[in-house]
Amino acid sequence: MTDTPVKPRPRVGLFATCLMNAMRPSIGFASAKLLEDAGCHVSVPAAQTCCGQPGLNSGDEDGARALAKQLIEAFEDFDYVVGPSGSCMATIRHDYPGLFADMADWRKRAEALAAKSYELLSFLTDVMGVTEVDAEYHGTITYHDSCSGLRSLGVKGQPRQLLGSVKGLTIKEMEDTDVCCGFGGTFCVKYPEISEKMADDKLRNAAETGADTLLGGDLGCLLHLAGRLRRKGSPVRVYHTAEVLAGLADGPSLGEENR
Amino acid sequence: MEFRSPEFKTRAVHALHDANLQKALSNTKAGFVVKRAQAAEAMPEFEALRDTAAEIKNHVLNNLDHYLEKYEAAVTAAGGHVHYATDAEDARRIILGICKKAGARRITKGKSMVSEEMGLNEALIADGYEVVETDLGEYIIQLADEPPSHIIAPAIHKTKDQVADLFAAAHHKPRKTDRAELVAEAREVLREKYFTAEVGITGGNFLVAETGSSVIVTNEGNGDLTQTLAKVHIVTSGIERVIPTLDDLSVFLRILARSATGQETESYTTFSTGPRREGDVDGPEEYHVVLLDNGRSKMLGSRFQDMLRCIRCGACMNHCPVYGSIGGHAYGWVYPGPMGSVLTPLIKGMDGTYDLPNACTLNGRCKSVCPVRIPLPDLLREIRHNQFRKDMTPKRQKQALKLWRYVAERPKLYHFAERIGVRILASMAGGKGKLRSLPFDPGWTGARDLPAPTGRTFLELWQAKRGDQ
Ligand code: SF4
Repeated sequence: MTDTPVKPRPRVGLFATCLMNAMRPSIGFASAKLLEDAGCHVSVPAAQTCCGQPGLNSGDEDGARALAKQLIEAFEDFDYVVGPSGSCMATIRHDYPGLFADMADWRKRAEALAAKSYELLSFLTDVMGVTEVDAEYHGTITYHDSCSGLRSLGVKGQPRQLLGSVKGLTIKEMEDTDVCCGFGGTFCVKYPEISEKMADDKLRNAAETGADTLLGGDLGCLLHLAGRLRRKGSPVRVYHTAEVLAGLADGPSLGEENR
Repeated sequence: MEFRSPEFKTRAVHALHDANLQKALSNTKAGFVVKRAQAAEAMPEFEALRDTAAEIKNHVLNNLDHYLEKYEAAVTAAGGHVHYATDAEDARRIILGICKKAGARRITKGKSMVSEEMGLNEALIADGYEVVETDLGEYIIQLADEPPSHIIAPAIHKTKDQVADLFAAAHHKPRKTDRAELVAEAREVLREKYFTAEVGITGGNFLVAETGSSVIVTNEGNGDLTQTLAKVHIVTSGIERVIPTLDDLSVFLRILARSATGQETESYTTFSTGPRREGDVDGPEEYHVVLLDNGRSKMLGSRFQDMLRCIRCGACMNHCPVYGSIGGHAYGWVYPGPMGSVLTPLIKGMDGTYDLPNACTLNGRCKSVCPVRIPLPDLLREIRHNQFRKDMTPKRQKQALKLWRYVAERPKLYHFAERIGVRILASMAGGKGKLRSLPFDPGWTGARDLPAPTGRTFLELWQAKRGDQ
C-alpha cells in the first residue's frame, strides 16, 4: 500500500498499450471494468500512442524521448496512469526520468508522471486496496511472471491474490515461472531460434502443471507464447490476467478460432 | 584466443542443435541456480553484503590510482614485482620475458580468464614452452583444444562421456566413465607436472592493497600447487581487482562462493604475499604480478564504470536464459553471457560485436543476482544506443524505428494506421483466429503463428461506446 491517502474517486488515465490497442481490445475493457469496480474514474485520452520502448531498447534514444514527451503531456493531468502491461509501465516508471537527464524541466515532469504510473494489477491491490474480484472462470491456470513487471515493478503476489478469488479457478504454479519466455520485444524476431527455444522451455514447464490455461500480464509475451502453442497445435488457452479477473474470458482465447 | 563474436548468429543456431551441449547445459540449473538461491536464503545479511560489496568497489574505482600505488608498494616491500600491461600484447611480452629469464621449459597454469584475454597460452606455446592447465575444467578443454565456455566452469559444455573419450585418447589408458575415477586419473597425470614446472601462472581474484597479497579461490587446490612448487610465480589479474583491506576481502569472500556455486566458501582460499622468505618451508623464489588494463581504464569515469565492479562469479550467465540456451562458445570470445556481452564490445571494440548486446531480452534476471549489483541490462542498452549513434544498427531496423516514430508522434495518423492494420490482419485470418504467415514478415512466423486481432482497435471501440472522455 502507498502511504498517501487515495482520493475517493481518483481520475485514472488508462494507457492503451500499442499491442493491446491493436491486438486485444478486450484487455482494455477488462482493465476499465476492474478500475471502475475499484472506484476509479477511467478516461482513455485519444492523444496517446506508444510509450517509446521500442526505440529505447533498440538504441533510438531521441525517438524514445519524443514519444515520452508526448505521453507525459497526454497523461500528466490525471491522478494516476495505469496500463495492463508491466513492460510499458516499467518504461514510464523507471526509464522516463533518465531520458531527460539534461533537461531539468522535463525531468521533473517525467519524475512526477513516473511516481503515479502503475501496472494494472499492482495498482488495484497496492493502491486501491482491492483484495478480491467478482468473477468466475472454470479451469486450471498457470501464471507466467513477465520479466519487467516482476523485476522492475515487483508484480508477483498481486495477480495471484486476485486470481485466488475467482470462483472455479485453480492455480498451479509452474517450474521457473520467473524465467523469461523469450519474447523480449524485437528480440523475438531478431533471434527467432533462441526465442523459440526459450518459449519451448517455458511451455514445457507450463504443460507439466497440467493447466488448461496460461495467464500473464504482458500481451507481448502472451502473443509470443500463444503463437507458439497454436503452431504446435496445443489446446492450451492463453488470456491476459485482466480478462479473467473481469469475467471477460468467455470469448476466444488468443489465437483461438471464433466460437 | 580467436575472436569469433562476428559469427554469433550462426554459432548460436548451431549450439541450439548440438545435443551434447544441450544436455550439458540442462545440468547447470540444478548445479548453480538452485544452490545459489539456497545459499542466499540461508544468509540473512546476504542482500546487505551485496550493497556493501558494491560500495567498496565503487570507492576503489573512484580512487583506483591511489589503491594501485598502495598495492604496488606493498608487493614491492614483500619482495615481489608489479608489472602494468596496457594491452594483451604488452602482457604477453612481459610474461614471455619473465619465463625466458627463468629458463623455463614447462609452465603450469591455474585458471585465469585474464590470461585468456591476453592470449597467453598460444603465445607461450608458440615460443616453445609446454603449458599445462591444472584446473580440471581448463585441463579438459586444453585436451579438446577449445576455449572456455564459462568463466568459472570452463568445460561446462562437455558431457561426462565426452570427457571420458578425451582422457582415454590423451592418457593412453583404458576408458573410464566414473566421475571419481576420471578426476583421479587427471590428478595423477597432473601431479608430476607440478613438480617439474619452472613457472606457475595463476589468476588473482582479489589484490589486497594493505598487504600486497593476491588471493585466489579454487575448489581443487590446483592453484596452491601451481604457485608454491614452481620457482617463479606469476599472477595475472586486471587493474580493477584491487581492494583496500583484508576486512574488505572478507565481504567479497562471503558473497563470491555463494553467488558462483552456492557454496558457503570455496574449498581453498589462498593468499600469496611476495616470494618465499627466509625460513619459509615452501614458495616460489620470484613473485610477479602482471596487471592488465586492456581498455579498463577507459571505462573509468564513463557510463560503463559499473562494469568494473565485476568479481567474475558467473552468476549472471548461470541465470541468463539466452546463455542457458546457447552456451558460452556462441559469444565468440573470452567472456560469455551478460557480463561478456557488455565487456566484449568495450574491450574488443564495436566492430564484430553487434549481436552481443542485442541478443538479450532485457529480462533482468542477471541484474537481480549480480553480487555487486551491476545494472547489466542498462549497460547492454547503453551499448545499443552507442551502436545506433555510430550508425551500426541495421538499415532496415533503423528505417522501421524512424517510421514508427514518425507515425507515433502523430496520434491521428497512428490510430488510423492501427485501424487499417487490424482490419487487414483480421480479414486475412478469416475467423481462424490466427495467421500462419505474414507478408513482410520480420521473423515472427518462422516458429509461431500470429494470434489475429479481432478487427477493431480498443480506442475506436471505446470511443464508440463511451465517447471521447
Ligand atoms: S557481472 Fe556480476 S554476476 Fe556477472 S560475473 Fe560479474 S559479478 Fe558475477
